[in-house]
Amino acid sequence: MTPLTRHDILLMMPEKTIESIAVRRLDILDEQGNADISLLSPLSAEEIRKMYASLVLARTFDQRALHLQREGRIGTYASILGQEAAQVGSAFALGKSDWVFPSFRETGVYLTMGYPPHQLFQYWGGDERGMVSPQGLNIFPISIPVGTHIPHAVGAAMAAKYRKDPIAVAAYFGDGGTSKGDFHEGFTMAGVFKSPVVFLCQNNQWAISVPRERQTAAKTLAQKAYAYGFEGIQVDGNDIFAVYKACRDAFGKARSGGGPTFIECVTYRMSHHTTADDATRYRQESEVEAWKERDPLLRLKRYMEKQGLWTEQYRQETEEGAKRTVDGAVRTAEALPPPHPEEMILSTYAELTPRQAKEIEDF
Amino acid sequence: MPKMNMVQAINLALKEEMERDPDVVLLGEDVGKNGGVFRITEGLHSLFGAERVMDTPLAESGLVGAAIGMAVYGLKPVAEIQFMGFIYPAVDQIFSHAARIRSRSRGRFTCPLVIRTPYGVGIKSPELHSESSEALFCHMPGIKVVVPSSPFAAKGLLTSAIRDPDPVLFLESTRLYRLVKEEVPEGEYTLPLGKARVVQEGKEITVIAWGSMLHKALQAVDGYDAEVIDPMTLRPFDEETILSSVKKTGRVVIIQEAPKTGGFGAELSATIAEDAMLHLKGPVLRVAGCDAALPLARLEDAYMPSVERMRRAFDGIMKY
Repeated sequence: MTPLTRHDILLMMPEKTIESIAVRRLDILDEQGNADISLLSPLSAEEIRKMYASLVLARTFDQRALHLQREGRIGTYASILGQEAAQVGSAFALGKSDWVFPSFRETGVYLTMGYPPHQLFQYWGGDERGMVSPQGLNIFPISIPVGTHIPHAVGAAMAAKYRKDPIAVAAYFGDGGTSKGDFHEGFTMAGVFKSPVVFLCQNNQWAISVPRERQTAAKTLAQKAYAYGFEGIQVDGNDIFAVYKACRDAFGKARSGGGPTFIECVTYRMSHHTTADDATRYRQESEVEAWKERDPLLRLKRYMEKQGLWTEQYRQETEEGAKRTVDGAVRTAEALPPPHPEEMILSTYAELTPRQAKEIEDF
Repeated sequence: MPKMNMVQAINLALKEEMERDPDVVLLGEDVGKNGGVFRITEGLHSLFGAERVMDTPLAESGLVGAAIGMAVYGLKPVAEIQFMGFIYPAVDQIFSHAARIRSRSRGRFTCPLVIRTPYGVGIKSPELHSESSEALFCHMPGIKVVVPSSPFAAKGLLTSAIRDPDPVLFLESTRLYRLVKEEVPEGEYTLPLGKARVVQEGKEITVIAWGSMLHKALQAVDGYDAEVIDPMTLRPFDEETILSSVKKTGRVVIIQEAPKTGGFGAELSATIAEDAMLHLKGPVLRVAGCDAALPLARLEDAYMPSVERMRRAFDGIMKY
């Protein structure tokens, strides 16, 4: 070894910390219905009642869909039970011109945005016409492949920025989606182009049978955002006020040129993955039981009781209203004429190919 | 009228469409300042700016996925995949999304997207730089597959592809980029997608070839009374032009650069068997690349359909 010289000793290059991250976690409403008023968004009594009614509608629809599936009246369905606050709270923060790219477990988002409920039954009943969103409602059809719609949201956001439209784009996905390559590529693009997009992950702890800790060794999902150069925040996904605030802030930031945000909503999939799954094969009932006390509807109800916003009459009207809406939607969906085989061919290209024209002749 | 090679013709088509329609944007790896590895987008970055000619991160699925989002939003993105052998990470985006958005939403949303990519043998490059995997994409309903064989065709077809309301995969032969020069009009003209071109009329053999194979086929037919057809669009392909030629000649040789098994030639052959069987004098023959992984440069010539192999097929079919 070369002996040290005086010069070597003087030239000290200690390692430095060149980047460190701090991941924020937002909680506003606890399980007993107590809210931190310093964080609470300014919501009127009417808005809070509407929020609760949306939660009830989402749950009522979901329970009916499960029944209809068991009766063979719709096909495989993915329940949102337990995730209503993450869906309703985030959709409440959306503006009319914002765009939404959903995954397949977003019933609460669709309903809160004003999507016709009968069309959701129609879709789950095996009819693509259920995914024709009404004009003026910028919600993209359900993406069945996991996570691959994330870059679409980024591209739509890039397009909005190019056209100088002051809107935000939301991409919904789950904890499983964060393991996909398209999550990485989409996040990379969003960071580089500073796109007005908000990534909404409902971390419901299970991707079919694989638990959250087998998706990534990272402590939180939210922290992943920092590797792409933008902020990630974790919120209690069963706390509708926390979800709403985080989303409202993130959408506002996106619309005003502040770039993307990643929001991890920590929630729980109370039901099976879909009606085709049996969760008892891979998870303990005690785990599900523990989450029952964190129910998002119960929590908002307790808050409303404490604030004097709750009456028996309100409960009854809300539940009956949701039931009426869902009953009507089922009736409407089931009365629709079946799709004609021509429709699948006609919607492949803007114009029929000669081969397709022959196929239609042969029907 | 100026003479141009295919690089110049494609560049001009992009430039003219971008001037005509502010919704046309370009994105891809190195397409901006560098002008693309083949210089196809040369000059467009400085002409139209970084917001319309976007250098993306090295992420094929991400950039095609983002292009899909732009198309759904209402832009007309033209994405470049640097080599066809690198398109595979984006196949999920193309098959599972771009091809199905119109159908999934029953027309509520559409995906007017062009994906350009250089394909085929021709530049003595490393592995996976010379693929010719058009058949994979031709199998998928909802996308169109276009392969120009000349500068004139490239400009007219690319203009149509950009204006098309559905996703189009636009394949550019690396071998042809700078091989041929011909007169290409400046200003607007289009060639319809889905229409073939009878390159040369003849009575005894119908020879079908696209992209760079067309040029080899044209050398090979010298001395035969062959009708040469360039389909130009592989999906949807022009059955009518092909079948009427086959009905006239009764003999068919299909030439493709891709491996024979499951290639686009198989689709043509099956269509001819279904619809023109009674007009055939002999079997439908295919001259194709070898059923092998595409080799590196030293074996490229052995892999590719040669003029000699084509002539053997012509001689074989002329015995009927």
